[in-house]
Amino acid sequence: MNDSSDKQSGLSVLDRPNSYIGKTVPRPNLGRLMQGRGQYVSDMVLPRMAHVVFLRSPYAHAKILKIDVTEAKAMPGVIAVVTGTELAKVITPWVGILSHLKGLKSAPQHAIATDRACWQGEAVAAIVATGRALAEDAAELVSVDYDELVPVTDMRTALNPETPVIHPELGDNLAFERNLDAGAVDQAFKDSDEVVEAEFVFGRHTGVTLEPRAVLADWNSGEERLTVYLGTQAPHMVQNIAAMHLGLDEAQVRVVCKDVGGSFGIKVHIYADEMATLALSKLLRRPVKFVADRVESFNTDIHARDHVCKARIGVSKNGTINAFEIDDVTGIGPYSMYPRTSAIEANQVVNLVGGPYTTQNYRARTRVVFQNKNVTCQYRGVGHPIACSITEGLVDLAAQRIGMDPIEIRRRNLIRDDAYPCGSPSGLKFEALSHHASLEKLIGMMNYDVLRAEQAELRKRGIYRGIGIASFIEVTNPSAAFYGVGGARISSQDGVAVRLDATGRVICQTSITEQGQGSESLTAQIVGSVLGVSMERVRVVLGDTDNTPYGGGTWASRGAGIGGEAALQAAKVLRKNILDVAAAILQAKPGELDIVNNAVVDIQGGQQRIELQELARVVYFRPDTLPPGFQPELMATRHFVPREYPFAFTNGIQASWLEVDTQAGFIKLLKHWVVEDCGTIINPQLVDEQIRGGVVQGLGAALYEHCIYDERGQLTNANMADYLVPMSGEMPDIDVGHIVSPTLDGELGAKGAGEAGTAAAAAAVTNAVNDALSPFNVTVTEIPLTPRVILTALGRI
Amino acid sequence: MTNPTPISLTVNGESVSAQVLPRLNLADFLREHLGLTGTHVGCEHGVCGACTVRVNGDIVRACLLLAVQAENASVETIEGLSDSGEISDLQAAFQNRNALQCGYCTPGMLMAAQDILTHEPQADREQIREHLSGNYCRCTGYHAIVDAVEATARARSGQAR
Amino acid sequence: MKASAFSYTRASSVTDALDLLALHGDQAKVLSGGQSLMPALNMRLSAPALLVDIGAISELRGISELNGVLKIGALTRHVDILRSPDIAKHAPLLTEAIAHVAHPAIRNKGTIGGSLAHADPASELPACTIGLDAIIVVRGRNGERRIRAADFFTGIYETVLSPEELLVAVEIPVAKSNSAHFFHEYARRKGDYAIVGLAASGILEGDVFADLRLGFFAVGDRPLLAAASKHLTGKPVTASMLADAQAALDAELDPQEDQQASAEMRRYLARQLMARCVATLLGRPELEARPRA
Repeated sequence: MNDSSDKQSGLSVLDRPNSYIGKTVPRPNLGRLMQGRGQYVSDMVLPRMAHVVFLRSPYAHAKILKIDVTEAKAMPGVIAVVTGTELAKVITPWVGILSHLKGLKSAPQHAIATDRACWQGEAVAAIVATGRALAEDAAELVSVDYDELVPVTDMRTALNPETPVIHPELGDNLAFERNLDAGAVDQAFKDSDEVVEAEFVFGRHTGVTLEPRAVLADWNSGEERLTVYLGTQAPHMVQNIAAMHLGLDEAQVRVVCKDVGGSFGIKVHIYADEMATLALSKLLRRPVKFVADRVESFNTDIHARDHVCKARIGVSKNGTINAFEIDDVTGIGPYSMYPRTSAIEANQVVNLVGGPYTTQNYRARTRVVFQNKNVTCQYRGVGHPIACSITEGLVDLAAQRIGMDPIEIRRRNLIRDDAYPCGSPSGLKFEALSHHASLEKLIGMMNYDVLRAEQAELRKRGIYRGIGIASFIEVTNPSAAFYGVGGARISSQDGVAVRLDATGRVICQTSITEQGQGSESLTAQIVGSVLGVSMERVRVVLGDTDNTPYGGGTWASRGAGIGGEAALQAAKVLRKNILDVAAAILQAKPGELDIVNNAVVDIQGGQQRIELQELARVVYFRPDTLPPGFQPELMATRHFVPREYPFAFTNGIQASWLEVDTQAGFIKLLKHWVVEDCGTIINPQLVDEQIRGGVVQGLGAALYEHCIYDERGQLTNANMADYLVPMSGEMPDIDVGHIVSPTLDGELGAKGAGEAGTAAAAAAVTNAVNDALSPFNVTVTEIPLTPRVILTALGRI
Repeated sequence: MTNPTPISLTVNGESVSAQVLPRLNLADFLREHLGLTGTHVGCEHGVCGACTVRVNGDIVRACLLLAVQAENASVETIEGLSDSGEISDLQAAFQNRNALQCGYCTPGMLMAAQDILTHEPQADREQIREHLSGNYCRCTGYHAIVDAVEATARARSGQAR
Repeated sequence: MKASAFSYTRASSVTDALDLLALHGDQAKVLSGGQSLMPALNMRLSAPALLVDIGAISELRGISELNGVLKIGALTRHVDILRSPDIAKHAPLLTEAIAHVAHPAIRNKGTIGGSLAHADPASELPACTIGLDAIIVVRGRNGERRIRAADFFTGIYETVLSPEELLVAVEIPVAKSNSAHFFHEYARRKGDYAIVGLAASGILEGDVFADLRLGFFAVGDRPLLAAASKHLTGKPVTASMLADAQAALDAELDPQEDQQASAEMRRYLARQLMARCVATLLGRPELEARPRA
């Protein structure tokens, strides 16, 4: 992968002079965000733009018998009132299945429900008006006759014969089942000195992006082209799907993403109401804007992590873990989400349980069941938090059962740092991980022994603090193994086009996208480093299917590893092209030249020979001065797709230090630590901040966040006063450290880091709570760990 | 429908006159009538803090104030605080420390941060966290924000001596 | 979520406001700080035809002390209470409690009159007025009524205030030299509504409570002046007296069940708060038995 000019100069691309790689530089272009001059979809205004409000089913499950729109239509300012049946003429339904998830089944879902509403909050009609408030007024005048049906709201009984089947044509409420049986599990349990069992319960929760979902669809009937302004993580995917379901060519659809107010996976999916908005624009031949309000967000943004899992671990007295076994159930919505499916999370849980550990004995079953609740799909970390909480919870239970320190049992069972490459019983391939180095670093960072001593001292005074440790592995840089193999037109490669402009500035167009993690910055840092150009001179264009290469976008922690590699390769080519031009101008050999600090220099001696802006001037305006026949090329495009490994696994370990108020059941988070190995780090501060943000989302899941449905399928806490998100007052400081094991799948060596924080934070907190309460012989394996849960566990109520 | 009501107020030092419906809240007025989209809408029930602006020197939730209530008031938005240079040190600290990622909470967060820096210049980390506890951020996990506000507080008090 | 349409008018005086309320009855809603009303309007939980903005009525502002009575005008904002030296001196329970009310931006607009009239059973100020034995001054077209705080709150968002009356002031007897106060609430996050809270005020003579007013909040459909306090007054408190008081408190409470807590959990937390209050005020930590393994 290294080209010859690098070999000659003796430097890898990561060692180049003035390299930005590995440097904390502030992100460029933050000014507009800090001045309130960003452009989020909800900020955008187009001529004749109309606003759509969706009338939503108040019932979890109901037949739609009749919709009377006469009064609503007559209201001044109302442009159209459209039902599902009417819209079905403009946009086709979809089914959220992928062929590689064997047996996954789901029913067709329409942009607006036609004859049946299947979750409370599903849209049943669209009201388009000149203003949002007006549309809401008109929505109150639409009258719908519903015939309430029995809703399926308990995943534990969803498959019982007496439970109604939501989609009779599917036969039952089982969307997907996966079974895995590796090694010799039964024998391993027989051979174990102790077998510990627990049931792990996870509260369904959601992303709560501060900017709610919003889309502005602009069908220009003169151009016969649809421009979609959407805060999506995957613009080319949206382009494909919009075209497919609206009966257009992909070339007729342009997707533009400007600033996005948070996504974390929430905005990578295809939402019925957004598709309806696209269809309405085409139908009405004018721009239509949809901005979800917060209540709608809670009811319709994908939910995630609704699991109940019986699990067990077999362990010997000497601390060897012999086997893991899980039997997991997850309750999704009435439809598998499109196009990434609602089975991926459960599939990941099966893949990842036990991952950091050596045992090859592992049996797993997961069943994904339909419910009449909001749809679910991938949210930051996907199945990792579930798998990690189960695994690390079991490991701690095993340690406790045999009287071993939780650090010690991990030392004895984590895969050795020199054992790679190797694989997991679930078929994962690990290139190079660093569980032990990470553990040792963590112990040092947190001063483990000091904390243990403090814990012991405080216990004597009736103050109960706990330490919780959680190891994890993390899927990043996914290849086509994730979606492509299943038939989804979701690209697993990305591309970057770089060019030197007429004034010697560099423009990069990249197919990865930005939601605040620093995609723009990492691209500029890599390109600047490889080219020898200062970052201020590098401009990055992203989020526009008309103006970037074709690619997957940013999700599953792939931006740095895949998009970054493409940027590196493209910049290498441009560098070579620039040096070829320079050699022609200077009558020198390209191998004797380099680019440093925006100028071409002699490698020997470092003398500046020609500034880039001068070189550009010659190329663009005075090519007559170049040698005969010479065609300068100051633009290069390269794509990258991981080929060696289906996923670039990373690893890490987290620790939580907290205090449990045993009187009132409250938990105070005192401190949190993360050691993360994500390979080559392009910008340490950005990586650490991704980790911190991810951790706090995990802390939210551990303590606060829960979409609470009642037995009628009503979401009872769909607002920000009742659904609790972590705020600054309760969150701890978070120390982050790193080990670096680069991937050889590419030159950059960068793996992903965006989801690592979320993977293990809740596991660390739960383990810490159980550690704090161990004198009370109490174990809790349910999140969120509310005061009610703690007081109940302690027997106080 | 009710009648549009005339209002007169100052926004970022500029005199503004408009006709608004009584139900129009200040956030929507700023965003839609004046095109000042830096004030963001996150919840419309006063909890998330994204819409925080200054009215007559006090930080308030623009989603919980009617435009008609702002008659004769002096309203300052993030655009105004930026252009006047009042928070340029705070913004620089945010940039250096990466105390923003997606930027959606940032205008409200900067408003709240400037508020504590003004009223409690000696605030420690815990007090900063408490003062910002009404501003939701999903991206940063708050640690970097607290760092940036703390650094600004120290720098300002260093200069004040 | 955009509010339904309404008309808006600004009252120039209390009389003006009362005339408007009389004219429009329950079609009108008083707009004070708006921090509770506006969310309800935005969510269309409430759809009045008219908002009567009382924010310009200067008579309703001001904090003053006269003849042992601290008078707080209805339009006094939470932030004004927080910063008031008079309140810090004469009713420090309020100063302490107000820091728990929401967040700075809300406190800059929310008013004491609004909070009391709104009567959310989980909010702090109603319980404080009960703990402080305040008088709530209310005015209608027929004149003024002075209502004991303990009699003012009648249910969830319900008070004895009629739709044609305006809450104009709160009057609090000033703290004496042997006054003591205690405030604590259990809340999931800073600024959240309490799961259970206690605003208490008492008179300590040596180690004896001559008087003890326990204003519990988030324990039922309204704040409660616990009659159980009679088990704690008049003689030095023993663990047994405290246990009796806790049992009596249990019997008095009829807590709500919601997502944060069951009724039983609220009873439990109320008992803990009572013990914590007594232990803190008497400087006797052993009275608050912390659970040990």
